[in-house]
This record gives sequence, structure tokens and C-alpha cells, in this order.
Amino acid sequence: MRIDLNEIQHWIKERSRILDLGCGDGTLLKFLIDNKHVEGYGLEIDAEQINLCIDKGLNVVEQNLDRGLGNFADNSFDTVLMTQALQTLHFPHKVLDEMLRVGKECIVTFPNFGHWKARFQLATYGRMPVSDLLPFEWYNTPNIHFCTFKDFEVLCREKNIKVINREVVNEQSGKLLKDVLPNLFGETAIYHLSK
Amino acid sequence: MPNELPANSVGLVTPQIMHFSEPLLLACGKNLSNYQIVYETYGTLNANKSNAVLICHALSGHHHAAGYHSMADKRPGWWDAYIGPNKPIDTNKFFVVSLNNIGGCHGSTGPGSINPDTGKPWGPDFPKLRVRDWVHSQARLADNLGIKVWAAVIGGSLGGMQAMRWALEYPNRVRHCAAIASAMNLSAQNIAFNETARQAIISDPNFFDGRYLEQNTVPRHGLGVARMIGHITYLSDHDMGEKFGRDLRSGSFDLGMDAEVEFQIESYLRYQGGNFAKSFDANSYLLITKALDYFDLAREYGNDPIEAFRHAQAKFLVISFSTDWRFAPERSREIVNALIGANKAVTYAEIESKSGHDAFLLPDERYQQVFGRYLAGIET
Repeated sequence: MRIDLNEIQHWIKERSRILDLGCGDGTLLKFLIDNKHVEGYGLEIDAEQINLCIDKGLNVVEQNLDRGLGNFADNSFDTVLMTQALQTLHFPHKVLDEMLRVGKECIVTFPNFGHWKARFQLATYGRMPVSDLLPFEWYNTPNIHFCTFKDFEVLCREKNIKVINREVVNEQSGKLLKDVLPNLFGETAIYHLSK
Repeated sequence: MPNELPANSVGLVTPQIMHFSEPLLLACGKNLSNYQIVYETYGTLNANKSNAVLICHALSGHHHAAGYHSMADKRPGWWDAYIGPNKPIDTNKFFVVSLNNIGGCHGSTGPGSINPDTGKPWGPDFPKLRVRDWVHSQARLADNLGIKVWAAVIGGSLGGMQAMRWALEYPNRVRHCAAIASAMNLSAQNIAFNETARQAIISDPNFFDGRYLEQNTVPRHGLGVARMIGHITYLSDHDMGEKFGRDLRSGSFDLGMDAEVEFQIESYLRYQGGNFAKSFDANSYLLITKALDYFDLAREYGNDPIEAFRHAQAKFLVISFSTDWRFAPERSREIVNALIGANKAVTYAEIESKSGHDAFLLPDERYQQVFGRYLAGIET
């Protein structure tokens, strides 16, 4: 399991109603159903990932997040989740608004583009960063809207979004340093948000 | 038919007939007494009868969904690509029941049958049917087969409407409901096409107000045109363009040429219409298209689809096809949204396809994957 998935469960209430945006192969949703007894739906557009969700017996709905969440009623879910998909969206700020309309709370995770490795590659080599976590070239990457932790928090302030919790998790190096200088040493951020 | 049956075919099948003598009270208020249903089964019913799957057919469908009736058959049943050993509706696992609905013309009681009260064909006097009437008659068939609960009720197009109606009418008799290329009701455009098709039939001089059988004739031309109209709406513009383009079957546009020009598409549609008219009954076509028009899943639930689906207990599989403009993906998404609103389990896939509405009948790798993997997860 991806490390951020393990952290998320602490912010999910037992037997709550969950919407997972860009649910991938359904690992998180299945984990939350098994461990937190949630009722949940996953939205996904990739055919193979949808198949893997079906294999797990999950409620998976083919839907493009860039087309919005207009089909979901206000406050119809306890928590709307989006893990590692924010940076792939055409209009991440609009999706964020939609998440907070549909869900009472939201959980968002994304890779930190302000991580020292990214900064180092851009500053030293003048090349767009390619790393283990983000193994794409600039021209073929699905990640089209990168931000740093600071950028994201500025957006939250501008939108009057309340940050209930923030966790920074590292799969690789800098496990201690991430707590001191998260925007420099943190790899992945998990934000717990509400209106 | 090749000399040898394919390994993943259900093989040779024989239709069976079940008679019902207890009157069936119809939605129109009339009773249908003494009727019969023709059906086929594939696979084996297990000991606790928990592996039964019902196939509901669409407008022009019938009981022969899979396999062959004889080694001389040119083609297998209409959904053979999806029913058979190791196919999505896997007959190694499921006991599949496929019937011809009442009101049809392939062996079940319908307008072409003899009305016991008059000794003449029912013709236009056959009671008007609604989708729910089919569902109730199918429930009786299930009773007689000893099937209390369906593992799944499955249908495409009009068949999907029956499957959804099943989930609302008999919530504790359906564990899974698959509605493929379907909708909760027809759009005005859908109804418009149906009415145009019906007018083609009714205006055929051989229609005789529906009593054509008593005149020993059939409105073949009108029925053919009705099918041509329908057929256009089942294909996508792209698919038609790719298959036929502007190719000519005969004639030419060269200067000095006076012979009649015929496009390939004209010839194809006429052939399809003509063929259909040989095997389908005009009154059945009128009756079934009316049932399609009248269907509205949520009508009796205050026109609220969410409220309607609150009555369901089944888990749902909804599938649509990108170029289907008769039952567009948008219409399937309405089903999905209502199910989510009602907090019901649902899986939805939108299959990329070039084949329009017809895609639900045709082999397609992703469609087979989604369908098969969903059904593989059903406990029996």
C-alpha cells in the first residue's frame, strides 16, 4: 500500500459515505471498506484500473473528473477523497471547489514539487525534474499542474478552505527533515480540508 | 454453420414451451388467460438454484440468444458473443434462461396467436402491454422453473428496462441487475422515430387495420420501412460512413449515363428491412414500440428516479457505448446518478465503440472484460 493511503484512514469515520476521485485500482477504497466499513464509490477513467476495481467488487463509476462533479448533490458524501490526482487535472482549483460542495470534508494528497530533489534538478541542470515518484518527461507526463505545499496552502487561504490536518509523508529519504522543513524535504502531502 | 461447433458455444439447443393457464392481470386492466412462453436455457441449474440468470431481450430479440438450433444454422443466437462457456455470461457457472416475451412473434403468445374467444388471430385486439407485464410473466416463468432469486437479470436496450423494472418490482428476487445501452425512459426523439416507424406500418395498404392475417397477407413493405428507420438509429454515422460511404451499388454519375443510381447504403437498408419483414409480425412491432414509449421507470415513484431506486436491493452494472445516440451514454449516466443518489451499489463503464446502439450486441474486448469480470464476482 502507498504510504499516504495508510495515513488517510485515521481521518475517515467508521461507516461513513466516501467518494474517491481517481480511485485507481481501488486499493484505498477496498482498504477503507474492509477496515472502516465505509460505503463508497470510486470514480476512474482508466479502463484497466476500472477492471481491477471490478475484480475487487467495488462500486466504480467511469467518470472524467475534468467534467466536474455536477452529477453529485451538495453534501452527499461524508468525505471526498482524491489521492495523487490533483496535479493531473485541467482545473484543479475548480475540482477542489466541487469536492468541498459534494463532501462535508475532503482529503487531498499530491506530490510536492517544492521537494529539494525537484528544486536541485531544475536549479542545477536546468531540466524539468524526473524522479522515482514522478518518472515522466515533461512532454508525456500526466501531471500538468504541479504545486508545492506552500502554493496549495495559498490557494486554500484564497478560497477560505479550512485545513483541518496536514501530514507530510516520505517514502524515501529525509524522514526526519520533513518535519523541520516540509516544503523542502516532504515528498507527499495529505491535506484534510473542510469549508 | 461450420461442420463443428465452436468450443465456447453452448452448442445445439432446443426451445421449450411453458403453458400458463392462470390469467395474468395486465397493467392495462385486462387479463391474459391461457398463454405460452417459449424459452431456452443454457448451462445447469445448481442444487440450491442460486446460479440462474435471466436474459431480457430488446425490440427485435427473442428466446434464441445463444447456440444453434441445427447444424444447418448460418448464425448462432443473437447474443452468442456473450453467452457460453468462458464467455462473459459463463454457462460453466450460470444457468441462463432466455425467453421470447409475450406480445412477441417467435413462439410466445402474441398478436399473431389465435384469440380463444374468437378463434381468429388476436391481431390489433391483443392487449396493450407494458414492460412490467413482461416482468410479471417472466416471474411466473421463474416460479415454474423453481427459481426464487435470480443471480442476475440482464438486458440491453429495452431488455435493460425490463432488468431495472425487475429490480423494483421484485427487489428480493434480483441480486444483480445489468442494464446495458439502456435508459429510464425514451426521449422525445426516440418516441418520434418509433412513431414514424409505426406510421410506415399502418399506412401500408396491406395493414387492414391490423387484421392482415385474416386477409392472408402481411404489411411487408411498411414493416420493412419501419425496420429501415430503426436500423439507421442503431448505427453510428461514423460506422455507416466507414461501411458504405457514398459507394454505388449500381449506376454511375458519368456524363451521358441515365441508368438509376443506387447507393450501397440504400441497398443494404432495403435488404435489412425486407429480411426483417419476413420474420417479424407488424402488430408485435407496434405493440413493442408502444411498450418502449410508455416505459418510465420512475413514473409511479413521483417521477423521482432516486426514490424509484430506493426500492431496489440489487447491485447494478450499467454499461453504455460512446457512439450510441439512440440510448446515449448520458442516459446511462442518469441511471448511475440515480443509483448513487439512492445509495445503491453500481458499477458503470462507458465503452469506446464505433458501432452505435448495435454495439451492445457485438464483440468488443473492453465490453467483454467489464461484463465478464463483473459477472465473475457474483457468488452462486
